[in-house]
Amino acid sequence: MLILHCPCCGVDADETDLHAGGQAHLKREGPGSSDDDFEDYLFMRENPKGVHFERWRHVYGCGKWFHAARCTSTLEVFGTYPAQTLEPPQEIKDKISAKRPGWSWGTFQ
Amino acid sequence: MSNAVSALQGRTAPGEVTIREAGLRGMIILRGDLADKKLRKVCADVTSVKFPDQGQANSEGDKGLCWMSPDELLVLVPYTEAADAIAKIDAKLAGTHYLAENVSDARAVILVEGAFCRDVIAKLAPADLHPDSFKPGDFRRTRLGQVAAAFWMRDEDTFEVICFRSVAEYTFDLLAMSAKSGEVGHFA
Repeated sequence: MLILHCPCCGVDADETDLHAGGQAHLKREGPGSSDDDFEDYLFMRENPKGVHFERWRHVYGCGKWFHAARCTSTLEVFGTYPAQTLEPPQEIKDKISAKRPGWSWGTFQ
Repeated sequence: MSNAVSALQGRTAPGEVTIREAGLRGMIILRGDLADKKLRKVCADVTSVKFPDQGQANSEGDKGLCWMSPDELLVLVPYTEAADAIAKIDAKLAGTHYLAENVSDARAVILVEGAFCRDVIAKLAPADLHPDSFKPGDFRRTRLGQVAAAFWMRDEDTFEVICFRSVAEYTFDLLAMSAKSGEVGHFA
C-alpha cells in the first residue's frame, strides 16, 4: 500500500484516498507544434523500472494535485512536492541520488 | 416556503456508541484566499470562533469553521442563519475573488457519541486516528467505506461526520454497524 504525504494539506494519505494522474513533467505541445512533437506529448511515456515521477490528486481529501517521486520496483517514496514546478526540487533529486546513485529519468539526473 | 427536512430526519441508532443524524445544519462552502484579512474578519463575524489552522476545525455549538483545503473553508451556522451569513460574506468580500455557496441541503451531519467513538471511525477510514495523532479539534477529509466524508472530534467522546446527502443513509448504516460490532481496543 502506497502512502504519500500531500504537500498541499499536510496529510499522509493512503493510496485509496488518492487518484493517480500518470507521468509528471510532461511538456505540452499545442497548436503550431510539429506532428512528431505532438505525438510524443500525446502517446510517449516513460516506463521505468526504478525512479519515476508521477502526478497524484488527493481526491478524497483537499482535492489538489501534487507530484511524487518514487521507485516503481520497491514502492519506496523519495518525496512529494507541489505541482507548480517544471522539474523536481533539488532536495528531492539529492534524496534520490543518495539512494540510487547515477539515476536518470527523461532529461533529469 | 417549503418545509426543509434533513436527510434522515434525526434517525438514531442507540448503543454504547450512539449514532445520531444531527438534523438540519447550516453549511456554507467558502472558497478564496484564506490569508485575506477581510475573509478572516467576516468568518469571525459570522461564527465568532477562532480561525482554524491547517487541518483543524473550531466549533462552538452549531457554529464553526473547518479547514477543508488551502483555499476552502466550511462555515457552520444554524440552519436558518445560512442565508444571512452568505449575505454578510457577499457584502464584505464584494470585488475580491471568492465563492460562497449554501450547501446545507446537499450535506448531512452525523454524530458519533460514546466512549469508543474513535474505534468506530478508525475501522472505516484510511486515516491515522491514534490518540497521539488525531485529537479534538483535528479535521480530516477522507473516505468512510465507499464514500467521501469529513470528520472532526468535538471532544474525546464525540465525532462529527459530514457526508453528501445522497449517501447519508449508507454512511449512517456503516457507522451504526461499526458501532454495533464493538470496540477494537487497539488504541487502549
